[in-house]
Amino acid sequence: MTGAIRALGHAVIQMLYYLGQVAQLFVEVLRSLRVSDFRYKQLGRQLVAIGFGSQLVVIVTGAFTGAVFTAQVYFKFSELGLESAVGALVCVAMSRELAPVMTGLMVTGRVGAAMAAEIGTMKVTEQIDALRSMAVHPVDYLVTPRAIAILISMPLLIAESITFGMIASWTIAVTLFKIPGTFYWEHLQTYMALEDIGIGMIKGFVFGLLIVLVSCHQGLNARDGAVGVGEGTTSAVQISNLAILIFNFFLTFLLNMFWPLGAQY
Amino acid sequence: MNAQKKPSKPKQSKQSKPVPAAEAKPCSPGEPFIEVIDLHKMIGTQEIHRGVSISIYCGETLVLLGASGEGKSVFLKQLLGLMTPTSGTIKIAGQDISHLKEREMAPVRKKVGILFQNGALFDSLDVAENVAFPLREHGERDNALIRRRVQECLDAVGLGKHLHKMPDNLSGGMRKRVALARAMISNPQCLLYDEPTAGLDPIVSDSINKLIRAVQRDFHVTSIVVTHDMKSAYHIADRIAYLRHGQIYFIGTPDEFRQRAADGDMVIDDFIEGRSRENGVKPAGEDTPA
Repeated sequence: MTGAIRALGHAVIQMLYYLGQVAQLFVEVLRSLRVSDFRYKQLGRQLVAIGFGSQLVVIVTGAFTGAVFTAQVYFKFSELGLESAVGALVCVAMSRELAPVMTGLMVTGRVGAAMAAEIGTMKVTEQIDALRSMAVHPVDYLVTPRAIAILISMPLLIAESITFGMIASWTIAVTLFKIPGTFYWEHLQTYMALEDIGIGMIKGFVFGLLIVLVSCHQGLNARDGAVGVGEGTTSAVQISNLAILIFNFFLTFLLNMFWPLGAQY
Repeated sequence: MNAQKKPSKPKQSKQSKPVPAAEAKPCSPGEPFIEVIDLHKMIGTQEIHRGVSISIYCGETLVLLGASGEGKSVFLKQLLGLMTPTSGTIKIAGQDISHLKEREMAPVRKKVGILFQNGALFDSLDVAENVAFPLREHGERDNALIRRRVQECLDAVGLGKHLHKMPDNLSGGMRKRVALARAMISNPQCLLYDEPTAGLDPIVSDSINKLIRAVQRDFHVTSIVVTHDMKSAYHIADRIAYLRHGQIYFIGTPDEFRQRAADGDMVIDDFIEGRSRENGVKPAGEDTPA
C-alpha cells in the first residue's frame, strides 16, 4: 500500500515537474518576443513547413471526416425522417469539434514529430551548444519562429478543414443521399453561426501552442543519441495528442460559456 | 563628391543593447583572461572537478591534458557557461560568469569562440552560411562585407573553394576547419578547442595544429586546447596543464612537462608514452563521464 502511494506521489511530482518545464518554455518564448530580434527568415521557413506543407493532409482529413460523418448521421436520421437536418449537424460538429481535433492530431503527427526530431538531433550533435556558444538563445532561434508560425497556421488550417469538410458533406448529402440542396442550406443557415467556426479557430490556436511547446520541449531535452531522439519524438506525439484531447474537453465547456450552442435560434 | 561608401552600421540586437560585445576591453599580455578559482562540478552523484584553480593569460595557448573522462570537455563547457559549475568562480575578462543566466551570458560568449569535437556545424546550412552565421546573428546586414569575411576565414583554413558544400559532404578534417573558420569570424578574444585533432590522420592533424598556431600568432587569440595528442600539445602549447582526479595535477611549459616525466613522475610519463599499467586499466585516471 505504502509503495503504491509512493509511486503515485512520484508520478504526480514528475508530472508537475514536466508541466513546470513546459510552462517555463512558454515564458521564455514570451520573453524572447520582447528581448530578441525577430527572425523573419526562420518564420517564413516555418510557415512554409507548417502551414503550406500541411495543406494536403488537412484537406484530405477534413473532407473525409465530413463525408463519413455525413453518411453516419444520414443513416440514423433517415430512420427518424430528419434527413434535411444532416447538413446543419455535420457542419456544426465539424466546426466546433471534428475539424480542430482532427487537424490538431494530424499536425502533431506531421509537424510536432518533425520539430522534436530536428531539435533533438541538433541537441545530441552539439548544434544547440554551438548556437549558445555564439550568443544565440536556442528559444529565440528555434522555438519562437516555430511558435509564431504554428499560431498563424493552425487557425487557418482548421478553417480550411471545416470548409472542405462542409463541401464534402454537401456533396455526399446532395448527390449520394439525394437530400434537397435547398433544405440542406436552409437548415445550415438556421442552426449554424459564424461563432461555430470561430470556436474551431480558437481551439486551433490553443492546440498549436500545445504542439509547439510539447514538441520543442522534447527536442530541447533530448539525450542519449539516436535512441533518445526517437524516444523524444514518440513522446512529443503522444503527449501532444493527449494534451489536445484533454484540453479540447475543457475548452468545449469554456467556449460554450461564451458562445453557447443553440443560443442563436 | 565623396564616392567613398559608408561603412555599414551593424543592426544591434535588442538583447545586446545594455552591454557592448566582444571588443569591450583589450586584453594585455601577462594579464589573466580567464581565471578559474576552486571550481567544483558534480554530474549526478559523480564529482568531476574537485577544486580546479587555474589562470589563462592573454595571448597564451594552454593545452589541457588528461585521461579520457577526466572532465576536460566539461571544463571547457563551463568556461562558456554551457554547463553551470556546482561551486567556485570563473572569471572571463574580469567578469564573474559562474552565476550568470543564459541571456546574461551573451556578451561574454561574443568574446569566446569554441571549436567542438565534431565541429557541430548546422546541417541545414551550407559551409558559407555556417561561417556567416555568427556575423548575421550579431546583427551584421551588409551582405558584401559578410561574403568577404566568409571568404577570408575559409581561405585562412584552406577551404575557400568549398563555400556551397553541405556539412554532410565534408570529411572530418574539413568539418573541423569550417568550424574553426566559424569560430574565428567574429574575432573572439579567446578560442577553446575540444580535441581538434581527434580522429584525423597525422597530416590533417598537423595542418590543424599549424592553423591553431597561426590563429594565435596572427590574431593574438588566447587559446585553450583540449587534446590527447602529445605531438599536437608540444607543437602548439605555451603551457601544459594536466587534469587528474578532478584537479590540476601539473601546470608548466612543455619542457617542464617533459622534465617532470624524466624526473620519474609515472603519471605523466605513462600519459606521454601511452602506457597502461594493467590490462584494460588506465594508470592515470579513472572513468568518469565526460
